[in-house]
Amino acid sequence: MFIPIYFWYSAFVIVLCGILAISLRNPVHSVLAVLVLFFHMAGLYLLLQAEFLAAVQIIVYAGAILVLYLFVLFLVNLKEELKLSAFVPGVWLGRSIAAGLFALLIWMLPSFTSGVKGNWPSAAVSQAGHTKALGGELFTTYLIPFEIAGLILLVALVGGLVLAARVEGEQSGRSGKSGQDEHPALPPHQEEVQP
Amino acid sequence: MIPLHWYIGLASALFCIGVCGFLTRRNLIMMLLSAELMLNAVNLNLVAMSYYLESLRGHAFTFFIITVAAAEAAIGLGIAIALYQHRRSVHTDSFTDLKG
Repeated sequence: MFIPIYFWYSAFVIVLCGILAISLRNPVHSVLAVLVLFFHMAGLYLLLQAEFLAAVQIIVYAGAILVLYLFVLFLVNLKEELKLSAFVPGVWLGRSIAAGLFALLIWMLPSFTSGVKGNWPSAAVSQAGHTKALGGELFTTYLIPFEIAGLILLVALVGGLVLAARVEGEQSGRSGKSGQDEHPALPPHQEEVQP
Repeated sequence: MIPLHWYIGLASALFCIGVCGFLTRRNLIMMLLSAELMLNAVNLNLVAMSYYLESLRGHAFTFFIITVAAAEAAIGLGIAIALYQHRRSVHTDSFTDLKG
C-alpha cells in the first residue's frame, strides 16, 4: 500500500521537476529543480534495492555535477541572459518531436518482453549487501570496463583543464562580428598596485 | 509490487522531457542539463530492469553511465566556458560560423 503511493509521488515530482527545469527562464532555478529531481530519483533507486547507486546519485549527481553547473552559470552573465528569450525560434517543432517520441515509446511499451533472469535475486542482494554484491561484480566481471572508466575520468580531467584554462598572453578574444559593446573587453594584464 | 512497465513509462517520460529541453533551449548550459536528464532516464530504466530480471548487470551499467556523465559535464562545461570567453555568449544561435 505504501510502496505504490511512494512510487506515484516520486514519479509525479520527477515529471513535474523535469518540466519545470526545461521551462523556467532563470537557469539557476532550473538547476534547483533538477536537484529535487535527482533526490527523488535516488529515492526510486532505494525502492529498487540499489542503495549504493542511490548514494552515488546523491553524492556525484546532486553533490558534484550540479554544483559544477551552478559555478559555470555564475561565471556567465546571468543578468543579460534573463532579458533574452529562453527558447529557440522553432520551439513548437521541438516540443512536438518530443511528444511524438513519447507517444511512440508508450505505444511500443506493451510489446516489451523480459529476457532471461540472472543469478542475483533480490533476496541474495539484500543478504550480501548491495555495495558488496556490486563491488564483487565490478572487480571481477567488469574489471576492464572499470579501468577504462578510470581512464575516461583522467581524460576528462585533463581535457577540462585544457579547455577552461586561459592561455598565457592570449588576448581576451572577441569576434568583431558580434558588434555588441555592452561588455567592454577586460584590460589585458592589468598591473596590480603593490602597497 | 509495482509493474516494470510503470518504471519504463516514467523513464520514457523523463527521456522525452530531456529531448524537449535539448531541442528547445537556447542556452548551451541548459542543453547540457537536458542531456543529464536523458542520462538519468536511461539509468532509471537500467536499474528497474536489473531489479526485475534479478541481475546486477544494469547496476554496473548505471555506475559506468554516472562516470561518463561526470566526464561529459566536465568537458561540456569546459567547452561552454571557452566559448563564453571568445564570444561573451552561450547561446546556440550565436555560433553560426560554419553556416554557408
